[in-house]
Amino acid sequence: MAASLGVVTTIGIVVLLTYQTVQFFQIVNPIDFLTGTVWSASIEPYKFGVLALVSGTLLVATIAMIIGTPLGLLSAILLSEYSSNRVRNIVKPVLETIAGIPTIVLGFFAINFLSPEVLKPIFGDDIGIFSALAGGIVVGILITPLIASISEDAMRAVPRGLREGAYAMGATKFEVVRKVVLPAAVSGVMASIVLAMSRAVGETMAVVLAVGTRPQLTFNPLESVQTMTAFIVQITQGETSQGSVQFLSLFAVAMVLFVITFALNLASAWIVRRYRTAY
Amino acid sequence: MAGLTATPAASSPPRFEPALMRRKLTGTLFYGACLAAIGILIVALLALLLDVLIVGLPWLDIDFIASMPSRRPAQAGVLPALVGSIELAIIVGLITFPVGIGAALYLAEYAPDTRVTRLLQTNISNLAGVPSIIYGIFGLAIFVRLLGLGPVLFSGAATLALVILPLVIIASIEAIKAVPQAQREGAYALGASRWQMVRSSVLPAAAPGIMTGIILAMARAIGEAAPLVVVGAAAFVTSLPQPLSGSFTVLPIQVFNWAQRPQADFQGIAAAAIIVILVLVFILNLLALVVRARLSRHIQW
Amino acid sequence: MTISTTKRLAALALLASIALGACSSGAASSAPSSAASTARASTAPGGGALTGSIVIDGSSTVYPITEAVTEEFKKTNAGVQIGVAESGTGGGFKKFCAGETDINDASRPIKKADAAEGVACKTNGVDYVQLQVAIDGLTVAVNPRNSWANCLTLAQLKIIYGPDSPEKLTWDQVDPTFPKEPVVRFMPGADSGTFDYFTEAVNGKVDASTAFATQSEDDNVLVTGVAGDKNAIGYFGYAYYAENKAKIKAVGIDGGAGCVAPTETTIGDGTYKPLSRPLFIYPNTGKAKASPALKAYVDYYLANTAALAAEVGYVAVPETLAQQQVSAWNGAVPK
Repeated sequence: MAASLGVVTTIGIVVLLTYQTVQFFQIVNPIDFLTGTVWSASIEPYKFGVLALVSGTLLVATIAMIIGTPLGLLSAILLSEYSSNRVRNIVKPVLETIAGIPTIVLGFFAINFLSPEVLKPIFGDDIGIFSALAGGIVVGILITPLIASISEDAMRAVPRGLREGAYAMGATKFEVVRKVVLPAAVSGVMASIVLAMSRAVGETMAVVLAVGTRPQLTFNPLESVQTMTAFIVQITQGETSQGSVQFLSLFAVAMVLFVITFALNLASAWIVRRYRTAY
Repeated sequence: MAGLTATPAASSPPRFEPALMRRKLTGTLFYGACLAAIGILIVALLALLLDVLIVGLPWLDIDFIASMPSRRPAQAGVLPALVGSIELAIIVGLITFPVGIGAALYLAEYAPDTRVTRLLQTNISNLAGVPSIIYGIFGLAIFVRLLGLGPVLFSGAATLALVILPLVIIASIEAIKAVPQAQREGAYALGASRWQMVRSSVLPAAAPGIMTGIILAMARAIGEAAPLVVVGAAAFVTSLPQPLSGSFTVLPIQVFNWAQRPQADFQGIAAAAIIVILVLVFILNLLALVVRARLSRHIQW
Repeated sequence: MTISTTKRLAALALLASIALGACSSGAASSAPSSAASTARASTAPGGGALTGSIVIDGSSTVYPITEAVTEEFKKTNAGVQIGVAESGTGGGFKKFCAGETDINDASRPIKKADAAEGVACKTNGVDYVQLQVAIDGLTVAVNPRNSWANCLTLAQLKIIYGPDSPEKLTWDQVDPTFPKEPVVRFMPGADSGTFDYFTEAVNGKVDASTAFATQSEDDNVLVTGVAGDKNAIGYFGYAYYAENKAKIKAVGIDGGAGCVAPTETTIGDGTYKPLSRPLFIYPNTGKAKASPALKAYVDYYLANTAALAAEVGYVAVPETLAQQQVSAWNGAVPK
């Protein structure tokens, strides 16, 4: 019934992507596409090596996770274990406001404030107006509420009895959190992290503005790169004809993105299943 | 007395005191870290808000909210965009609420724990990561062209509903799973059928978590622009959007459009429009807060 | 308990949407008179018995002109619903040739041989006429503290932006009299019309360009970049230069006939070469024949584009060319 809608949508998207990807591969060699490290879709000579875009996405997503996961988890623990109801009813809307900020606004925030006023003074000439770091930071901020809210709900659902048992045995609050609450809530926490990861990889508008449009294979976060999603937006909004090879390439890129997200999710689901506690 | 130290001779209890100090210290440090985390977030949020408020507040007045857009920043307003965003949010909510909760209930309560079910769940997680613009292309093909609805508000809303449905389903599933088994078993012990048990024991308990998911998702929907542009949202309309006919626009698209114009005044009204979006989201959150507080009143554990 | 809560929420939502529907029509009638109208309004203030709807899409470059025309047209034709979107020239053409839009804004001519454009239009029976409505002068700009690059030849531009340009280029490599400082390059996104036109004009081929520049889809960012570095150089639409004359300096371009600085005059009369690009609209002639509102709109557009284009930062088409456009239009869709 309702769950099958998910399957229908997936099939629909896969069909749409596959159809156009196949057309793309009739023009561009799939091997070159998958193994090439130079992506130059709109600047001659045209090259379609997707690894350059993949590295951009992974770089930004990794930075985002490094920032978002601790911020999110610590916030969640603070909210569920250390706060009174009143504090909770204030801080939770703050988190949700951050979640409600349109991603475009975060992108503008990155180029108008974060890059020039915060990152440039720190890194000087090594960093330009666009960088993977700027994008990673804003995406990290973006996903924090996601991790915080869902993890916190999971933690609050841990029965009080479990906590009280631990306190009765003389544990400090920190130990209760570490050894009782977190393990009991791990399924919800992991689910939120996986969701955040998917979101970070698939984030579009914020990175379009903050990260730049210079596809290159690099692991230096201070460089300007281009993510797969930013490329897709660039082509759709641009002046290219929708029958051109550049336009078709966006479907191939989307396909790669889809596959990567799928692999990430499968791996995470397996991990979650191994560690889930039911009671 | 002199000579007696804090540790009496050779037994394990003496180690308890210094160990306790250390453990408490760790706990306090950890608490500090948690506060620091929230602090960083609040600082970041404030920086962003201040930046927007300083630029946008001078432009925010009743005229701005109640006027139609114009090429002259001084006369431009966000009325069609505001109405569009609100109508969009309502339609998206009406679609995702039943479908999302239904799917989550099925996957969390009724479906057997087989490989197929796990695949379904992974599938939905996957859909959460598909870039929203792909949904835009998909929505264009299905709602605008295949179903012949045209580039109307409803097509945009349906597309956005697809974007946020995975988020809602996953958050709801987690909320449902978090309900302790004891609740379910208690209901069964009283002789309830499966549906009665779900309805009266699981759903009320999971409701706050489900609301969290829906609110987060709708906040996201209000802020999305890219898929709507692909579906055919306009940047300038001359009349208020109707769900099933005519051109429509939403606030984020106005922001995007205005922020890219060369005239400096446009930056001002773009910021003012951002303030409107944030207020809208804030109201949404307040509403959710009220609902959630009422729903979780009776959760005892 | 659950049912009542769910029912309550549903009732709330329903009430809200009804309230909103009532509110929006209420607000519409109380909103400033010159612009508001809903689908229900049939007798419009300000006269004009024309009704109908017009859907316009396409280039974000041409968009400001179309927006201005639409706003003014609406003042005397309140019964016509008009929506203007900006999906990009390519996206716009695809929808136009599928018959989904009435007019396409374009910053480049339609690609007649392209499957998604010219060919699709033919297959779907979409007839159109190309009308030039304004000229955009691509401006090359440098930082105000740049005292050396006041005039650049096309060859010099090619050194800076050509595909063979090295990653670390210094100004003295562009011209021996310039200082030995790094050239900090900015340019529009590789998918924008500005980029396509510039690369074709300067480097001889569309998309032939150096990749060693900071690119941005948002020209405001380019302006900020150029204004922030003494050794910076960038190119973008004239409107972005005109709005920021205090922050950046325009470079004169020597297209073979001496140095020409971009001004409204030089762009309009064609002496600012080769960086003046035409901006077009493509109305669907079949639909215009059937819809008096659409015909009236395009008539209005052609009659007023000179004034309105200048208002938003573009340059009006010269008088003779403008007359030709009107004749072409009236020929395709007689009054």
